[in-house]
Amino acid sequence: MKYVDEYRSPPLAKALAAEIAGLVRPKVPVRVMEVCGGHTHVIYRHGLEDLLPPEVELVHGPGCPVCVIPMGRVDDAIALAELPGVILATFGDMLRVPGGRGSLLEAKARGADVRMVYSPLDALALARKEPARHVVFFAVGFETTTPATAVTLLRARAEGIRNFSVFCNHVTIEPPLRAILETPGLTIDAFVGPGHVSTVIGTDAYRFIPEEFGRPVVVSGFEPVDLLQSVAMLLRQLREGRCSVENQYTRVVHAEGNPRALVAIAETMELRETFEWRGLGMLPRSALQLREAFSEWDAEARFPLPGVRVEDPKACQCGEVLTGKIKPWECKVFGTACTPEQPLGTCMVSSEGACAAFYAYGRLRRPQEEPVGA
Amino acid sequence: MRSRTGRPVLRDELVTLAHGAGGKATRDLVEALFLEELGSEQLAPLADAAIVPGGGRLAFTTDAYVVSPLTFPGGDIGELAVNGTVNDLAMVGARPLWLSAGFVIEEGFAIADLRRIAASMGRAARAAGVAIVAGDTKVVERGNADGLYVVTAGVGALDDGVRLGPERVRPGDRVLVSGSLGDHGMAVMIARGNLALEVDLESDTAPVHELAAALVAFGDGLRWMRDPTRGGLATALNELASQAGLAVALAEEAIPVCSPVAAACEILGIDPLYVASEGRLVAVVAPEAAGAALEALHAFPLGAGAALVGEIRDEPEGFVVLDTSLGGTRIVDMLVGDPLPRIC
Repeated sequence: MKYVDEYRSPPLAKALAAEIAGLVRPKVPVRVMEVCGGHTHVIYRHGLEDLLPPEVELVHGPGCPVCVIPMGRVDDAIALAELPGVILATFGDMLRVPGGRGSLLEAKARGADVRMVYSPLDALALARKEPARHVVFFAVGFETTTPATAVTLLRARAEGIRNFSVFCNHVTIEPPLRAILETPGLTIDAFVGPGHVSTVIGTDAYRFIPEEFGRPVVVSGFEPVDLLQSVAMLLRQLREGRCSVENQYTRVVHAEGNPRALVAIAETMELRETFEWRGLGMLPRSALQLREAFSEWDAEARFPLPGVRVEDPKACQCGEVLTGKIKPWECKVFGTACTPEQPLGTCMVSSEGACAAFYAYGRLRRPQEEPVGA
Repeated sequence: MRSRTGRPVLRDELVTLAHGAGGKATRDLVEALFLEELGSEQLAPLADAAIVPGGGRLAFTTDAYVVSPLTFPGGDIGELAVNGTVNDLAMVGARPLWLSAGFVIEEGFAIADLRRIAASMGRAARAAGVAIVAGDTKVVERGNADGLYVVTAGVGALDDGVRLGPERVRPGDRVLVSGSLGDHGMAVMIARGNLALEVDLESDTAPVHELAAALVAFGDGLRWMRDPTRGGLATALNELASQAGLAVALAEEAIPVCSPVAAACEILGIDPLYVASEGRLVAVVAPEAAGAALEALHAFPLGAGAALVGEIRDEPEGFVVLDTSLGGTRIVDMLVGDPLPRIC
């Protein structure tokens, strides 16, 4: 496959693996967090950890948009789906996320009209097709998916489509990174920055990480060779005592991001005072809500929602997994009470969740993966 | 409509509830459409049951077909319903012989479409060397079925010596597939038309009984066969691994996936290992038979893309593992739920 195979070339990967091995100091562990769930998925799918020396440990970060949605918001979405005349549309990954009252898939089986869409524009098309119904788009995601929701809102307003609204759960990447970086006893040495988010917000958005916290960042693409090169670039910075934001994903990402996407977001949405993150708790100014001018398309303004905060199950350790404190298999319920068929926590739902990726692809690796020096 | 002595004539354009009521209209539909398209010596008497010669070891299977859309690039529900049942019989090592076909038709279905689908069933049956010897037609009210459902059952003859199963699989055995994987599943997914993807891709639906017979000829050298339909290669091999209490190790670079399937899977975030094929088989053969078995498959046009994709190991028990092209290893797990697209 053209433009993909080049980034999955075994000789290139092996050369990078050799370069990485030459950059580590024997027996000195380096902990690298890949922030984005898409990276986690690729690491497991291609078995990249097998190519790294034992000194390099990859820690999976909080960047799985499905994994950070708290149970109470899922319950709100179910309540919306159960309103008479409402069609709730969302991305496939959200359907299986458990709330306090089960998942959207279960609500669908009980009779709620829940549809899977690939894009918020598909949800808007559904609203055009079903003028007698009201279509709510359950919007989730970091800055990667936010522009699509923003553009959909602008189009709904331009076309005067009134039977459409957005239940906005868009979140921003900086607050959870700060929360991790401010954790006492931080053990992460370097960060692989998210690629798709950065196409929108740009690489400058991460400068606070080296400047305030002294940790290098490399924004990475999503192919195996991209990730290996990014790890090599991080190790080189550490080795040379440098600390800055570097861009490995130059074919897509620019320092200033995508100004048109940022304008569309700014026109339609604004920061919320606070938002609950699964496992991380309430983070101030960490999520977006629709602006007053778009209240007509705001499901939270149009419909009464339970808005009840639901405690995560006691046994669930998604928070510690999301912040890199523990590995998926170190969670008390991993693979027992919590499996992809019966997920207890969100990390087990999306293929980008650290637990689901590890369960699906990596379970065999555990015995050999004792961290060096631990 | 039917003259007293002549052949029955079907002049209706749409299926109505009358066609399922058991009266004259039913008779016309059965004789002027199904008998004409599917007819066989045993079906012609339209008795309550077909009487067929037999005895010895028989294989018997059934399958329901609810594919949407009914017609897709490379095939339709009729062809699929014949090939699927033929293949199920072939996978246990049987020679497919007799099929039955049940039709659940939604009121308002176009007779012309029904005839086209029945004709394609007839063609598929003749191509596979099986006779459709029994059938049934039901019409349900509009809204109670999605156009047409087809249920087929099949009987095949099994030679005395044929013993296939997970219990016969040994560490060191080799895993073969008869061609590129996932063409059917991806062709249907794209034909549904809600993905806004344009890909030049046809279903692989085909009868694999000749390929299977060529492998059965290896006697003890053939251990186990399966057609990788719903759930794809990954699911078929996971069932084998857990039933045999052994491991299946696949080599990523050896697995044949055609480039339209690979590209569509990449865009949708779906792993081709989980996508259905309807004209492929996966077989486990003894290591010493592997080379000749692969050659035997290559001798058929349908097996031209056959490949050796992996081997059976002792460990890790019950797992399918994949050696990636990059030199890593990962698990290939059972599929959970529907293959849902990733969102970013």
